[in-house]
Amino acid sequence: MSTVIQIAYLVASVLFIIGIKYLGKTKDARRGNILSAVGMLIAIVATMLTIEVVTFLEIFICILIGSVIGLYYATKVPMTKIPEMVALFNGFGGLASFAVGLSDYFLKSSTSLESLDAVNLTSIILSVLIGGVTFTGSMIAYLKLDGKVSGQPITFSGQHLLNLVLLIAFIAASVFVFLDPTNLTLILILVVISLLLGILTVIPIGGADMPVVISLLNSYSGMAACATGFILNNNVLIVAGSLVGASGIILTQIMCKAMNRSLTNVLLGGFGQTVATGGQEGPAVVIKEIGVEETAMLFDSASSVIVVPGYGMAVAQAQHVIRELMEQCEKRNIDFRFAIHPVAGRMPGHMNVLLAEANISYDKLIEMEAINDDFSNTDLVFVVGANDVVNPAARTNPQSPIFGMPILNADKAKTVIVSKRSMGKGYAGIENELFGYPNCLMLFGDAKQTITKVVGEMKEMS
Amino acid sequence: MTVSALIILIYVLVLASYLGFELISKVPPTLHTPLMSGSNAISGITIVGALIACNEMGYTTLSKWLGMFALVLATVNVVGGYAVTDRMLKMFKKK
Repeated sequence: MSTVIQIAYLVASVLFIIGIKYLGKTKDARRGNILSAVGMLIAIVATMLTIEVVTFLEIFICILIGSVIGLYYATKVPMTKIPEMVALFNGFGGLASFAVGLSDYFLKSSTSLESLDAVNLTSIILSVLIGGVTFTGSMIAYLKLDGKVSGQPITFSGQHLLNLVLLIAFIAASVFVFLDPTNLTLILILVVISLLLGILTVIPIGGADMPVVISLLNSYSGMAACATGFILNNNVLIVAGSLVGASGIILTQIMCKAMNRSLTNVLLGGFGQTVATGGQEGPAVVIKEIGVEETAMLFDSASSVIVVPGYGMAVAQAQHVIRELMEQCEKRNIDFRFAIHPVAGRMPGHMNVLLAEANISYDKLIEMEAINDDFSNTDLVFVVGANDVVNPAARTNPQSPIFGMPILNADKAKTVIVSKRSMGKGYAGIENELFGYPNCLMLFGDAKQTITKVVGEMKEMS
Repeated sequence: MTVSALIILIYVLVLASYLGFELISKVPPTLHTPLMSGSNAISGITIVGALIACNEMGYTTLSKWLGMFALVLATVNVVGGYAVTDRMLKMFKKK
């Protein structure tokens, strides 16, 4: 019996690995996800074999409730809200590992104390710590992304000191747990501290840095599963957990690099605050407006167009009219592509999902490194709902908080049209030099409405 | 847990992490969102731990309740994670 289960776990682990490998190729990705889901099913069924039949009903009810909630949310969530959903589910995973750790502790401390050896206690403590931090951290990230809590960094003096004190208190309490494993007060202290740490480490991080935070929390949820694997002496948990842990860390690194920030810098938080106080505004930016008709004419006479989409495009739900714009341009044999900045949107790759939803072929979406040299020989760049990722200050102004961040060289094109609701600032809250450039024209108004009008004009022309 | 059992678990941890790094650094940025929600679903593997915790009949009710609580949450994570990833990947098309 146990051999069968071990083999099933092995098969599940292999399926997770192959699944992730397939996720790396667009045409195989869907199959990869299904393989990984099959692996999960095998792991669940194998575990059920060890379970006494009397508990089947309770288990069935729990799984039913979880599946209904999960499926409901997964089918209903709009693509703009995927980051919120990932944060939320991530938090659930963390809380589950946290609860499994505690459950195992209560079981062992009340039955056989011998099984609570050093390895076991360490794993339980780690799973409570990482699971707890993942849970409350993800919930704060969710609330920030969803706008239920201000996206601004929340900082107060002594914040880092408080975190440090809490961490030391956690370690001290852990040491005492080793000396007196049945002391419930100590366990309660560990629980409270880990939940507090999750909240305190995420509140100082600003909205623009959320992609980094989600990636990092994703990694934590994998590590929490790993810790649970050590408690239960179970390889499949360790394999799956470390794959996720590694995945989250890599995505975190990519995000940090794309914003020219170090991870410590992001985690210590408070980005965007110094900008507001350092208010030496340069000479007032003189901008030039453009109307719908002229925009249509510029598109009509261009031979190459690059669209730079940002989260603002998704908020305005403009991705579908942009596809119509693309169709109009392709009818005229205009080369039409999208330039995707790694941190465009609210999570890594978010823009690609939104454009895929609008039925735009993924080979039209070009990464920053691959397209950046092409801007200088492009007739028209159309910036929709993006701001900081095309701000030339990142290259030219050492005073700017985004100085050094890799940006899309939109300003190098012959003409740039920026579709914008009003003259507001970007997510990072800073002025954009590009808007004052001689080759830059502003198309004010709701992106969806104005682009619909542009498409209408173009249809009349042909 | 014996030392040799622990060492084997650490072997698995190190090798799987290394494999994870290798595999994931090759995923193109286009697929980062589905990768994240898909790997999020994989982290729901803690469902196995939850099932084992649920099995502890009649020992302590607290540990059983925690197990059932974990089972519901992990199921949301697994089912929802895979479903939404599939929904996203279905949309990725090349014309």
